[in-house]
Amino acid sequence: MLLRFSFITLLACALGFGQGRIGRPAPEERIKAMDITTMSNGAGLPEGKGTAAAGKSIYKEKCETCHNEKLEGREGQYPGLVGGIGSINTPKPAKTVGSYWPYATTVFDYIRRAMPYDQPGSLSSDEVYAVVALILSANGIIGENVEMNKTSLPKVKMPNAGNFVPDARPDVKAKR
Amino acid sequence: MKKDPSRRKLLSMGAGLAALTACTAEKQEAPSQVGKALSPYGERSSRETAKRLVPADSKTPSTGGSRTPLQESYGTITPSSLHFERHHSGVPDLDPATHELLIHGLVEQPLVYSLADLKRFPATTRVHFVECSGNGTSEYTAALGPTAQVSHGLASCSEWTGVPVKLLLAEAKLKPEAKWVIAEGGDACKLARSIPLAKLMDDAMIVYAQNGEAIRPEQGYPMRLLLPGFEGNTNVKWIRRLHATAEPAQTTHETAYYTDLMPDGKARQFSFDLEGKSVITHPSGGQKLTGGAGAFEITGLAWSGRGKITRVEVSSDGGKTWKDAELNQPIHSKAFVRFRMPWNWDGGAVTLQSRATDDSGYTQVSQDELAAARGRNYRYHNNGIKVWYIQPDGSVTHAAQV
Ligand code: HEC
Repeated sequence: MLLRFSFITLLACALGFGQGRIGRPAPEERIKAMDITTMSNGAGLPEGKGTAAAGKSIYKEKCETCHNEKLEGREGQYPGLVGGIGSINTPKPAKTVGSYWPYATTVFDYIRRAMPYDQPGSLSSDEVYAVVALILSANGIIGENVEMNKTSLPKVKMPNAGNFVPDARPDVKAKR
Repeated sequence: MKKDPSRRKLLSMGAGLAALTACTAEKQEAPSQVGKALSPYGERSSRETAKRLVPADSKTPSTGGSRTPLQESYGTITPSSLHFERHHSGVPDLDPATHELLIHGLVEQPLVYSLADLKRFPATTRVHFVECSGNGTSEYTAALGPTAQVSHGLASCSEWTGVPVKLLLAEAKLKPEAKWVIAEGGDACKLARSIPLAKLMDDAMIVYAQNGEAIRPEQGYPMRLLLPGFEGNTNVKWIRRLHATAEPAQTTHETAYYTDLMPDGKARQFSFDLEGKSVITHPSGGQKLTGGAGAFEITGLAWSGRGKITRVEVSSDGGKTWKDAELNQPIHSKAFVRFRMPWNWDGGAVTLQSRATDDSGYTQVSQDELAAARGRNYRYHNNGIKVWYIQPDGSVTHAAQV
């Protein structure tokens, strides 16, 4: 396998130089290690699973100092992760993961990339699925014992799904 | 400085600027000591104070924005040290010896590029602004920005050097299904945005230099994506990965953020273009006209993400009448343009504003006209007209009365 791989790499390099190409072929392992793209249809989600119940202790240990006991956040410092459902089309919308985010896959993607804020990239896939399940359950979007995994997560219907429309600008014309 | 009769005489004789400088120099006291030694990397004068505005007392000082002091700027190029910042997990310390850009997904041949690899391509250099689409969010609310730095300082303009992205994609050979590219940064949060392929095949660049030197760490060292005219967040800094896909990924920064909520609860998404915009930088909020009524110069900056600025008009009567300002040449597409207009202040209260027009035919409108169409929860992409109020004592404010 290794031999075959390096042979292909060598061949590609030789071809590349022949065509005057500057980029170097990317090894398959390199792509695997770096590719953390999660598509809204679930493509790119890793193996693993978690429930809100499992998410509770992880949240307590790794998220609560910032996002607070009831996931309500801390005013002006750390965003709340619950609430606001039904407020989006009112004069005072409260945008949260529960009320505004259109895809559950985005929650997974963001936490895997960026959280915990002070230690991004430190959670296992099971831990990410579990805290995602906790956040969705705390918002009343899924039940406490529903397992989140690469098949179930993309099927979760977020309350604000379908409310995103393409850019409509230029939408205001100057009067002269 | 005392009035010098010989100086006035020279002036009245119509002598050139060189003569004038020589003459005033004669009046300066020469230093009695030898000055500072040669230095390998220059610093500005210790007497200069223009600086970025950094939010005070943030609990997460690595997340947020610092603003360019536009009201203290000259010409159109923002010094790299004063370019605005917007980070979501701080500035990484990347080593160009190991950092590489990976291109993969719907391509025939996934490829990697080091900085040295990118520098083997013919280099392209262009002047472009970068603006955060959150620039001007305050102007939708009652808490109007009191200075041009607060209201418009999440915009800066640089000369960028790098490689057109289309050359890299041509090497990787896109598959016909590829319609989007997910761009990902090498910062701690690995910020990701979905970019329409058409933009990458148009004027997008991977840039490694800014204003004649290596790009600053705050701006993406050693390499960033530059999408001229597109909202700042899509110009992914510390770029490490371009993933060709058929659909957008729907990342946090294209759903939860950088989307604009309309009164009916629908949110506009993928609003990439930054529309035509302008701000008067002198006289502007926080400044004071001194010496009483008489001659002053009105000057400011205009830019458009859709192309070239073709016209900037200024009104000093609350928008009843408008006069064309002069535009400094050369005018680059999707770049800051400096406008100026000689002006005679009558010493009274004045309502001053500017409006830009670009070569797509678009002209800026007032904040109220924008709000009428979009409501007040439309958080990003505010390019409404900025109004300054000159008080009879010469002070300039963002509100009609002090
Ligand atoms: C050290 C403080 C800190 C810790 C610990 C932390 N977060 Fe965060 N979190 C933040 C900050 C700050 C932001 C906003 C980041 C930004 O605006 O770019 C955020 C944003 C988020 C968001 C996006 C919310 C929104 O509406 O924008 C989610 C979801 C989230 N965190 C989940 C978690 C989870 C799950 C954990 C634990 C595994 C965690 N966070 C741990 C500070 C923290």
